[in-house]
Amino acid sequence: MIRRTTLLGHTYTFGSVKEILAKASERKSGDQLAGVGAESDLERAAAKIVLSDLTVGDLRENPSVPYETDFVTRIIQDDLDKDVYEAIRRQTIAELREWILAPETSSEMILRVSRGLTSEAISAVSKLMGNLDLIYAGKKMRITATCNTTIGEPGVLASRLQPNHPTDDPTGIAASLLEGLSYGVGDAVLGVNPAIDTVDSTLAVWQALNEIKDRYEIPTQTCVLSHITTQMNAVLKGGKADLCFQSLAGSQKACEAFGVTPDLLAEAKDLFLREGSAKGPNVMYFETGQGSELSSSAHYDADQVTMECRCYGLARHYQPFLVNTVVGFMGPEYVYDAKQLTRAGLEDVFNGHLHGLPMGCDVCYTNHMPTDQNDAEALAVLLADAGCHYFMGVPQGDDVMLMYQSTGFHDIAALREITGKRPIREFEDWLTRRGIWEDGRLGRNAGDPTRFFDDGRPGGTI
Amino acid sequence: MSDDKLERTERALDFSGIQAPEELLRMKRATPARIGIGHVGARYKTAAALRFGADHAAANDAAFSEVPEDIPARLGFFSVQTLCRDKAEMITRPDLGRYFDEEQKARILSSCRYAPDVQIYCGDGLCAPSIAANIPDLYPAIRDELVFRGISVGTPFFVRYCRVNTARVIGPLLNAEVVCVLIGERPGLLTSESMSAYIAYRPHPDMQENAYTVVSNISRFGTPPVEAAAYIASLIGEILEKKKSGLSLKQNEE
Repeated sequence: MIRRTTLLGHTYTFGSVKEILAKASERKSGDQLAGVGAESDLERAAAKIVLSDLTVGDLRENPSVPYETDFVTRIIQDDLDKDVYEAIRRQTIAELREWILAPETSSEMILRVSRGLTSEAISAVSKLMGNLDLIYAGKKMRITATCNTTIGEPGVLASRLQPNHPTDDPTGIAASLLEGLSYGVGDAVLGVNPAIDTVDSTLAVWQALNEIKDRYEIPTQTCVLSHITTQMNAVLKGGKADLCFQSLAGSQKACEAFGVTPDLLAEAKDLFLREGSAKGPNVMYFETGQGSELSSSAHYDADQVTMECRCYGLARHYQPFLVNTVVGFMGPEYVYDAKQLTRAGLEDVFNGHLHGLPMGCDVCYTNHMPTDQNDAEALAVLLADAGCHYFMGVPQGDDVMLMYQSTGFHDIAALREITGKRPIREFEDWLTRRGIWEDGRLGRNAGDPTRFFDDGRPGGTI
Repeated sequence: MSDDKLERTERALDFSGIQAPEELLRMKRATPARIGIGHVGARYKTAAALRFGADHAAANDAAFSEVPEDIPARLGFFSVQTLCRDKAEMITRPDLGRYFDEEQKARILSSCRYAPDVQIYCGDGLCAPSIAANIPDLYPAIRDELVFRGISVGTPFFVRYCRVNTARVIGPLLNAEVVCVLIGERPGLLTSESMSAYIAYRPHPDMQENAYTVVSNISRFGTPPVEAAAYIASLIGEILEKKKSGLSLKQNEE
C-alpha cells in the first residue's frame, strides 16, 4: 500500500487509511472541528490521488474502528459476501469508480458488487466522485423495498408526510396530515416526530394516524419516531403501527449514546414483523446524518462521510423499508453552508444506494446556518434526479416542533411535475380517485383538505 | 394561541377553491403549522411565500443575536462565559461551549452554594431571546416547587455562549446531585424564543448523551413556562428519588 504522493513539487505522506479517507473528503466544518480534515486544498487533492490507488482490500482490512471493540464494524465485516469480495479485492478505488460509472454496468451488477464492499470502501469511492458523478451513478441504481406498498420503482418519487405538532395534539397532527394528503404527500410514510417520548403519547399518535389511514383507506405506512424502546413498549401495550423507527450512528459508542444495540434492533424488527400492522417484509425505518458521531465524541478520528457510511452498513443488516439522511439538521458545526449541504446530501444518498438501501433525504437546514429555502430547493432538484427515493413533506417546509426547515408539500408536487415522476402506484390511484392528482400534476381538488370530510371524520381526531 | 404570531400565520390563509372554509379555519386553529395557504399550480401564493421569508429572517436574527448585558442581572443571576470568544465561535465550536477557564470556574465556586440537591442555571444556547421570554416565569416556579418539596436548590446563574454539556463541568464543580440546564433552543420560524430543560443525575465528563432527561419546546407557543416548570420540578423529584436520569430512568419506569 502506497501512502504518499508528490504534487507540484511537494511530497504528501499519510499515516493511515483512515487519515487518507479523512483528508480526501470534501471540506466539511465537522471534519475541521474534529481536526481530521485536509489542511489545504492541495493536501486534499493529494489524498484523493493516494486513495485512488488503494484497493478494495486495503479499505476492508483497515476499518475505522477495530473489529474487536465495535459492533458496527463486526456487522459490516461479518455481513460481507466473501465470494464477491474475493473477486474484487484487488481492484483499486479508481477502477471501482470507473466501473460504477460505465454505461454497461447495470444496477443489478452494482448491487451485487456492493455486497462485497465494506462501508469504508463505499465512502472511498464517493470521495473520488464529483457532484455530477454522484447523480449520474445514483440515477441508474434501482432499489426497492416493500412494507404495505413498494418504494423505489422506476419513475417514482415518494414522500414522507411529517405533520409534527409542538405538543403532539392529535387534532393539530390530523390537520397537517389532511392538508399534506391533499397535496399528494404521504406515500412513503405518515410519520410523526413526537415532542413527548412516552408510551402513552406514542399510542395516542399511532391511533390518530391509523384512524385517518383506515377511514380514507390510504395505501401507505404509519410510524411515530419515538425511541425504539418506547415503540416496543407501545406494541406490548397493544398499539399498532407499520414501521419501527430508530436513529442510527456509525460506531458502537455513538449507537450507545442513542441507546441502541444490535440485539435491540433485531428484537424490535422481530416484534414489528410479528405484532405490527404491516405486511412487510421491510418494517424498519432509520434516520442518520453526518456529524452525529462527532457530537457524541465517538468518531474515532474518522471523517463524517465514512462514519455516515458505517450507519448504512449497520442499517442494511436489518433490511429497512426507509432510510433517510437528515442532512442539514446537525447544524453548521458539522455541515456549514449551502455548498457543504449540497455535497453532503449527494454523498449520503449515493452512499446509501451503494449499500443497497432505499434512500431518502430530509433536505433541511437550521436557522443558525447561513442557508435558506432557496438552497434546500436547489438540492432537492439535484437529488430528485439522483434517484433519491423520497423527501419530507412539511407544511410550507416549516417544522413547528423540530424547529428547522425542510421541503414543503408544494415542493413534493413541484418536484414530481418538473421531473415527470409520480407517487407510489397504489397511492397515485388513491389520489386520482380523489381528484388530488391528475395527468401527472396536482388535480382539481388539490390543496383542499376539507373535502375529506365528505367521507366522514376519523373518530375523535378532528 | 391567541397572539400576534398566530395572527401572522392566519394572514396567509387562503380560502380560494376551499369547499368548507369554516372547516379550514377550525383546522388552522388546531396547529401553528403553515396549512391552508393555497397554491398556484405546485407553488406558493405570494402572501405565504413572503410571510415565510420574513419569519426566516427573524429566526436567523435570533440565532445570531446576544443576550443583552443587563438581562441576567435583572433576573437576579450573575453571569459567566464559556471558552467561546464570540457568537461565531460558539456556533462552530461546540467543544469550546462546554468548558470554562479557571477564572470563571473560581467565580462560579465562590458565588454558589456548594453541594445542593439541585443546581439550576440558564444559558443562551442557540436562542438569546429565549432567556428574557421564559426565565421570569420558568425559574421561580421550578425553584418554589422544589423548595416546597424540601429539596435544596443551588444559586442560579447565567452562562453566555452556553452548550448543554456545560452540565458535565458544573455538576462535579459544585458537587450537585442533579443539574438542570435551561437553555435556548435552535429558533424555529414561529418560535424564535423556545427553550429546553436538560436534567442529569450526577453529570460527569464521560456521561452518555442519553443520560439527560429533556423537556423541550418551552415557550408560549409550545408548553407554557409555568406548566413546564411544574413538570420539570416533578421530574427532578423523581430523578433525585431514583438516582438516575435519561434513558435509564425511562427504562426503569416502563
